[in-house]
Amino acid sequence: MPNRDWLLEIGVEEMPARFVSGSLAQLKEKMLKWLDEHHISYGVAETFATPRRLSIRVRDVVEGQADVEEEVRGPAKRIAVGADGGWSKAAEGFARKQGLTTADLVLEEFKGETYVFARRHVKGRATLELLTEGVPAVLSSLTFPKSMRWGNRRLRFIRPVRWLVGLFGEEVVPFSFAGVTAGNVTRGHRFLGGEATIPVADQYESVLKNEAVMVDVEARREAIRSQLAVLEEEQGWKIPIDEDLLEEVTHLVEIPTALYGSFDEAYLELPASVLITTMREHQRYFPVEDAKGKLLPFFITVRNGDEHSLDQVARGNEKVLSARLADARFFFEEDKKLKIETAVDKLNHVVFFEGLGTIGDHVRRIRALSEALLDRLDITGEAQQTLLRAADICKFDGSTYMVNEFPELSGVMGRVYATQAGETEEVAEAIEEHYYPRFAGDRSPRGTAGILISLLDKLDAVAAAFSLGIQPTGSQDPYSLRRRAAGVIQILADPAWKNLTLSFLFDLALDQLEKDGWLKRPAEEVKEELTAFFELRLKALLQEEGVRYDIIDALLTGDSTTPSLLLDKARVLAQEVEKDDFKLVVEGFSRAANLAEKGEAGLTINRDLLEAWAERELLATIRKSSEAFTEREARQDAQGMFQEISKLAPVIHRFFDEVLVMDENPEIRNNRLALLQQIDELVSRFALFKKIVFAS
Amino acid sequence: MNMQDIILNLQSFWSKQGCVLAQAYDVETGAGTMNPMTFLRSLGPEPWNVAYVEPSRRPADGRYGENPNRVYQHHQFQVIMKPSPDNIQEVYLESLKALGINPLEHDIRFVEDNWENPAMGAAGLGWEVWLDGMEVTQFTYFQQVGGLEADPVSVELTYGLERLASYIQNKENIYELTWVDGVTYGDIFKQPEFEHSKYTFEISDADKLFRWFEQFEDEAKRAIEENLVFPAYDYVLKCSHTFNLLDARGAISVTERPGYLGRVRALARRCAKLYVAERERLGFPMLKEGGEAHA
Repeated sequence: MPNRDWLLEIGVEEMPARFVSGSLAQLKEKMLKWLDEHHISYGVAETFATPRRLSIRVRDVVEGQADVEEEVRGPAKRIAVGADGGWSKAAEGFARKQGLTTADLVLEEFKGETYVFARRHVKGRATLELLTEGVPAVLSSLTFPKSMRWGNRRLRFIRPVRWLVGLFGEEVVPFSFAGVTAGNVTRGHRFLGGEATIPVADQYESVLKNEAVMVDVEARREAIRSQLAVLEEEQGWKIPIDEDLLEEVTHLVEIPTALYGSFDEAYLELPASVLITTMREHQRYFPVEDAKGKLLPFFITVRNGDEHSLDQVARGNEKVLSARLADARFFFEEDKKLKIETAVDKLNHVVFFEGLGTIGDHVRRIRALSEALLDRLDITGEAQQTLLRAADICKFDGSTYMVNEFPELSGVMGRVYATQAGETEEVAEAIEEHYYPRFAGDRSPRGTAGILISLLDKLDAVAAAFSLGIQPTGSQDPYSLRRRAAGVIQILADPAWKNLTLSFLFDLALDQLEKDGWLKRPAEEVKEELTAFFELRLKALLQEEGVRYDIIDALLTGDSTTPSLLLDKARVLAQEVEKDDFKLVVEGFSRAANLAEKGEAGLTINRDLLEAWAERELLATIRKSSEAFTEREARQDAQGMFQEISKLAPVIHRFFDEVLVMDENPEIRNNRLALLQQIDELVSRFALFKKIVFAS
Repeated sequence: MNMQDIILNLQSFWSKQGCVLAQAYDVETGAGTMNPMTFLRSLGPEPWNVAYVEPSRRPADGRYGENPNRVYQHHQFQVIMKPSPDNIQEVYLESLKALGINPLEHDIRFVEDNWENPAMGAAGLGWEVWLDGMEVTQFTYFQQVGGLEADPVSVELTYGLERLASYIQNKENIYELTWVDGVTYGDIFKQPEFEHSKYTFEISDADKLFRWFEQFEDEAKRAIEENLVFPAYDYVLKCSHTFNLLDARGAISVTERPGYLGRVRALARRCAKLYVAERERLGFPMLKEGGEAHA
């Protein structure tokens, strides 16, 4: 028989748009894994989804498993064969257990001994039968970011399951799941379609098309895109496509019809970000621009349906949007009346973290930390004024109506309102910028004040949380401490801030918390935890840069405190590993490190005991290199640092060639070990070379 | 369609679906969910179908009758069905037709919205139902109530009556809604809105309110000790409303706030547990033979 197509459709109540793609990918992975595990071969797999269904169609699935010969090893011959040469009780028992008789047993050698083997011809089972039994377990194994129960059921699923389609070619696969038995009847659009029978798996899309459902995700996405393009063309508009919004809208409709509405031109006086946020975040509308990128008083919404009564739908949406914009304008006007100082004062009534005072306290610490940086970074004059003023008022927009209504406009509104209130351009910019980077992969802030406030804001938040004993665990990170720490690292990865080591910043932040009476545990303890936590973020940064694992291990020494230097070192090592002589360098350092461990800690070098020329040469080279290395280190010149220590390599090898370290005389031995300890100490300031792995 | 007819149509519709038509509760509530017809009855294994209008007090939303959309007290049409029927979405959409809303002429969508009321230890998953972009109903499958797992799961439908009416009547300002011919929403509610707002923000006596909170809390605990869940729960509602008044007055500092919420939550949880225990003691009288066992 020819192969058939396997179609599975899970009909559910409307799924959250944000979970559809992930769930679909998971369904595909688990379904194919199941086929593989059951030795059922297949062709191409396609997936489909609308808000009400997750589907997969696997092409060219074989009719059944192939037959296989199976052999199971039983007891050894000496046990299996009795004194009379016939089968023993043990052999009979073994055969019975396998569902066979002794006639199916054979003797064969296995690892030098003869055993009894049961031989069995296992007939492959029909795919249809296997699917009927197996699909429920595949569906049960799906996991979702949020799942729920419904009715009387114990089962959890993304949303209630209402129908199932299981079709193997033309034949129904009647499996049951969530109290529903699969058939060949699907459901169309809620209002424009009805129930429909799918005669054969191949006709899935066309059957649903007749029921007003566009089941292919990409086709739906492209349909929306081209409808937007038509509107652009017809109206002479520009409709910028936010891909995240398009993705969401695609998963909110089963059949899309883009339509436009308008709003009162007077609302265009509101900041563009307010208009865009209202339309996009709250209503899932696409804003409309003119050719020059200026917002126009129109919006596009994508309806889940056809072109029937589009006017009425447009009027309804216009009414909703205009109520929202009226609110926004009210907020905007009220906010304008709010003095910045009053707004800052109100922050004293907003909780920061439970048990850690208010945002007001947090802002005062950011200000104090900013002052503490002035000298170290040599910030004076206007730059100083900008930094301190921006620090004082960086969170003031948190007291405005607008930000309370639209939290995603934090900083953006701060900038608008600060400018209106006559703050300098630099201060206004720093208020907006200090929220960057807002997520992994986001850009760093621009401008010194924005950068430093961003850094101190995040640093203080993480330090404060740690001082309370709040740390992320597993997937739980309610205060986004990982994101904040990653933000700190991202900023410090810029060599411009190489004077700000993590260790220095931790001390600074913990000092401030202590001064203000918020430090709940010994600073040393908290600092240790912070160091370990940030080291994990550094590791993540190096991994993102594509640095090899062994090099990461070699570089993260437990006190890697300058992210920009760390990155430079990683780059230097990445170049060096490509060179032929690098292996020799590492071998020299590793050998020195391994032997150095054999000596007691803190051995000192006695010049007079240096007998051989090679050891005197080594000491001289260490001294010279050490001095030069320290000077390069001060300038954070990773290339130079490596050059200096690599000069030691040939000398170390000569030393090992000519000198026996483990001399019988303990004084001489210890003296030589002391030399090696010095080398290890020096090169470890660059990296723990012995962690670097070479392919053998 | 005037507001009175909207209510009558919804009542008649849900009555036909087998719901008990109950009345609004006579103790102040912040939402239909807090009415014991929902909060307590959604607990335990007994089936329960009910519908009622709940005038819901949100003191902090008081605007002296001046804001076109925000009010001290709004009205919810609340439906609870336990266990949630398999065709509940279709039934809900039928109810919109009963209000004269033809789905073919509108854009109706179920947009993810997960509901949570931490003070009552309640949480659920579901949607906001959008009618041409406007949220007209909150549609929730209860997963937890009073800190207890909802089993079986109830579905809760909460229609925002003012919103729905302003859409149906095409009014921008809710005070202009027609309640019944010749009587507007404003005729009925404008004065109480003003007075409640003035009382909440200017006249209420925080010392008294604090004292009452303590007394209501004590009384709730005393009733719980006596296994009297319904009287106990009334005092929990009073605690909750008193807290809302204090909160709106700005009398509760940020640091105290979680403490007060925690006290209400603790009482609500105790009532929830007690309710299930008392129903069990009574042999779950509404659990009919057969039929209701776990699938």
